[in-house]
Amino acid sequence: MNRREFNKLLAAGTVAGIFPKTSLALSSKPVDYTVPNKGNARLLHITDCHAQLNPIYFREPNVNMGIHDAIGRIPHIVGKAFLKKNNILENSLESHAFTYLNFDSEAKDYGKVGGFAHLSTLIKSLRSAAGDKSNSLLLDGGDTWQGSATAYWTRGDDMVQAANLLGVDVMTGHWEFTYQDEEVFTNVDNFKGEFLAQNIKLTEDALFEGKRAHNEDTGHVFKPYSIKEMNGHRVAIIGQAFPYTPVANPKRFIPDWSFGIQNEDLQELVDTIKADESPDAIIVLSHNGMDVDLKLASVVTGIDFILGGHTHDGVPIPVTVKNSGGQTVVTNAGSNGKFVGVLDLNLEKGNVKSYDYKLLPVFSNFIKPDPEMSALIEKIRKPHLETLNEELTVTESLLYRRGNFNGTFDQLICDALRHELDAEISLSPGFRWGTTVLAGEPITFENVMDQTCITYPETYARNMFGKEIKSILEDVADNLFHPDPFYQQGGDMVRVGGMNYFCDPTAPSGQRISNMTLDNGKAVEPNKHYKVAGWAIVGSKAPGIPIWDVVANYLRGQKSINISKINSPKLINVANNPGIVL
Amino acid sequence: MAISRRKFLNMLTIGSTACLALLSPITSWAAWASDAFNATSPDDAYKNLFGSTDTVDSDEVKLKVPKIAENGGAVPVSVKTDLKDVESITIFVKDNPQPLTATFQISAKTIPDISTRIRLAQTSTVTAVIKAGGKLYSKSQEVKVTIGGCGG
Repeated sequence: MNRREFNKLLAAGTVAGIFPKTSLALSSKPVDYTVPNKGNARLLHITDCHAQLNPIYFREPNVNMGIHDAIGRIPHIVGKAFLKKNNILENSLESHAFTYLNFDSEAKDYGKVGGFAHLSTLIKSLRSAAGDKSNSLLLDGGDTWQGSATAYWTRGDDMVQAANLLGVDVMTGHWEFTYQDEEVFTNVDNFKGEFLAQNIKLTEDALFEGKRAHNEDTGHVFKPYSIKEMNGHRVAIIGQAFPYTPVANPKRFIPDWSFGIQNEDLQELVDTIKADESPDAIIVLSHNGMDVDLKLASVVTGIDFILGGHTHDGVPIPVTVKNSGGQTVVTNAGSNGKFVGVLDLNLEKGNVKSYDYKLLPVFSNFIKPDPEMSALIEKIRKPHLETLNEELTVTESLLYRRGNFNGTFDQLICDALRHELDAEISLSPGFRWGTTVLAGEPITFENVMDQTCITYPETYARNMFGKEIKSILEDVADNLFHPDPFYQQGGDMVRVGGMNYFCDPTAPSGQRISNMTLDNGKAVEPNKHYKVAGWAIVGSKAPGIPIWDVVANYLRGQKSINISKINSPKLINVANNPGIVL
Repeated sequence: MAISRRKFLNMLTIGSTACLALLSPITSWAAWASDAFNATSPDDAYKNLFGSTDTVDSDEVKLKVPKIAENGGAVPVSVKTDLKDVESITIFVKDNPQPLTATFQISAKTIPDISTRIRLAQTSTVTAVIKAGGKLYSKSQEVKVTIGGCGG
């Protein structure tokens, strides 16, 4: 959406069902979320909500670097450079939605974002604007069943219920697969839409043993694609799950499934769909991450749109990628229920004649919550309210995670690990989910769960050689900064506590990390032991208590939290990179 | 009558004893290639096996192997080609202690299409070499072995 359109939204009048609960601080005009249908079929896209049923705060990153060919390329632009690139005014509602700029003060003015009851109202309105029910589809890119305490306690079931009520037609997944495979199938069976993935197949052993598959001949565990009749047109939706799930997350929960990008398989599938199904458009609902999607669009032909997620990039203007068969348009729709992508297609026989795309920020204060969804959310949360609402302490600092290196909430987790497990150094995973807590607010147990709740939360504290710590840092840095996006996993750098280092993202694999020192300034020596605490190891179950208990115990003992020192690395060779503002 | 894939696979296991007998002549050849298998550098392995290190990088060699291994201990790899007169298909893992990993002798009228699983000690380039019409054609790809985790 461009600035003019957004301002028009701001200026337009109130519409039935959508009106402001409170007045805008910087504008007395209510937000109008009416988006007239500009085509004959409308695709609505949400992704990576991470089970956030209620509105939350989410600060966008100030470090989201592109390296090598990706320098300055979307989505690797932050702050004012982002505003300029996307023609967005500073201090605007849009600026607050898409960037970290003035986050603290503007968050207080504009309020929280997302929330399923608010999404529900908005989506109903966007669907009704498309006319007949068959004219629109709601697509969910995944990371829906994980990220909140209630999702963890119900093994994703609360989110299946919420997605059903929201009317999700098609979804794919990533963190969905961090439950046990049998639980995944239960959730898929209870989900009223279609769960698609072209890139998950049974291993040969599992196929041999007759494990559950969508198709025994192809080995697909889930249906790979679906044809949807939309307003008299045929739209093919292909599911692309997160390709590196068994690497980035524990394989032990899903031992029978093999993933991978599988671009050759995807090309074959696209060619088959074109030959056999007479589609008017081919859409890939992807959980690859934006950089992988951009490369995929350049090597696979025949796809009209890749609607992407995983890397949590709010990209207002889609990227058109040329390939040998024509072009593919790539989007990414942010995270945490903060955005809804609206793709209006003007379809004709066998072709997309034109399209219009908007990424709508979901400002909860300007949308009336849907009563039915509100009631479901209340029912889900009611048995747990006392636990969720426990105020552990208050924070004087803004607490957030998202960014290539330590956020303030990561630092808090790392500090808690060191303090509670009596370690010199702590390590914490570079997840991209995790909500934001404003300065001056209490830190609740729910806030801690929003940052930590995974199905492998156990902590550890053990002695490691300095060289082992370095090799962990190098390994994760390569997942983030490898020159070829097909070798990247889309997470951020592992967070560290009690240790500082230099990082040259442009250096070759194994040579990016240097000058490791403890907080007291002493060098970390390769052959000396250090006591390291951490969580979320994927290989086997760690012995310690869950991370949320470690953090909660620490917080209960603190009068307040003030993050004054962040163990972020000193960056080398990144001058003039528009993906960093420090 | 349609046979499901599972049934077909089960039928294959029943027949496997017969297959073993057919494969046994390879063991005598393996003894001959022991210098190549024991070589600790790719060049030595090439010289021992082919008598040469001259290969031509070719898209005719269709190498399929994951870019990031889900399990470094058993990485699925498949190699096929439309090249004529294929004599052998060989797989090298550059950074393994012994780079020559497997070699398949392809007899005349056999479709040159093999699949196996290989072990990677660490991140390495994996190379498939096809000997066809007396010439060596190759294709390489990096396969990353990572400790994993930390993905968001």
